[in-house]
Amino acid sequence: MKFSDFVCGDAIRMQLDADDKESVIREMVSALVAAGQVKEGEKDDILKAILKREELGSTGIGRGIAVPHTKHPSVDKLLGTVAVSEDGVDFDSLDGEKVQLFFLLISPPDRPGDHLRALENISRQLRDETFCRFLKQAKTSQDVIQLLDEADNNQFVS
Amino acid sequence: MKEMEASQATVSGTVSIKNRQGLHARPADRFVRLALSFDAAVTIVKDNQQVDGKSILNLLTLGAEQGTQLEIRTSGTDAEQALAALTALVNSGFDED
Repeated sequence: MKFSDFVCGDAIRMQLDADDKESVIREMVSALVAAGQVKEGEKDDILKAILKREELGSTGIGRGIAVPHTKHPSVDKLLGTVAVSEDGVDFDSLDGEKVQLFFLLISPPDRPGDHLRALENISRQLRDETFCRFLKQAKTSQDVIQLLDEADNNQFVS
Repeated sequence: MKEMEASQATVSGTVSIKNRQGLHARPADRFVRLALSFDAAVTIVKDNQQVDGKSILNLLTLGAEQGTQLEIRTSGTDAEQALAALTALVNSGFDED
C-alpha cells in the first residue's frame, strides 16, 4: 500500500497550534471534515472513538511518530491524513519522546488487512531516518505531499 | 549448564498470529512491553525479514496478518523465560477475537 492510497492531501496540517493529544486529534479530524472526506455530523463520534482507542494505550510508536486511529462505519475505504508539529506534542509514547509526526487513520470496520498494510507502509518508510527527518522539517503541506510521493516511488527505502 | 553457556544461549520458536486483526498497533505495543521486561535480546523473523522485537515501529513493518508465521528468537540469560512468555502472549491472540 502507498501513502497516496490513503492520505488526503487537502487535509494535511502543518505547524499545529495544538499542544496536547486531544487537540491534535481534533485538529486532524476537523481537517478531514474541511476537506470534505468526513461529514460534519460524524466528527464528534470519530473523535471520541480515536480518543477511546488512545486510552487503551498510546499510539505513539516511538521516534516522534504517532498513528492515532479508529474503525468507523461512516467510511467505506481507508482514510488518512498527516500533521506535523514543529515543537512536538506529549503523546505518552512508549519511548517517552514528544511526537512531531502524526498519521491519523480511519478504517471501515471489517477491513483489518488494509489497516495493517497502512501501518506497515508508514512504519517501513519512517524507519528511514532521512525520510523521517525531512518530514519533520517540512514547512508546507506541498512539501509533505512531495515527500510522500517520493517515498511511494521508493526513493527512501530500497 | 555452565554460567557462560547460559548467558550466551539463543533459543527460538515459531508462532502463528491468531487474532483476526493481526499484529496491529496495540498487540505490537503489548509485545514490546513484555519483551522489554526481559534482558534477553528479542528478534522476530518473518520470511526473509528480521526485526528487533523490542521496537513497535519495527514490528509494524512486518504487516503480520492473521495466520502469519513468525519465528521468535531470544538470546541472553533469561532467553528461555522470554521466549515462553512472548510465545504465550501471541498464542493468547492478545486477548482479542
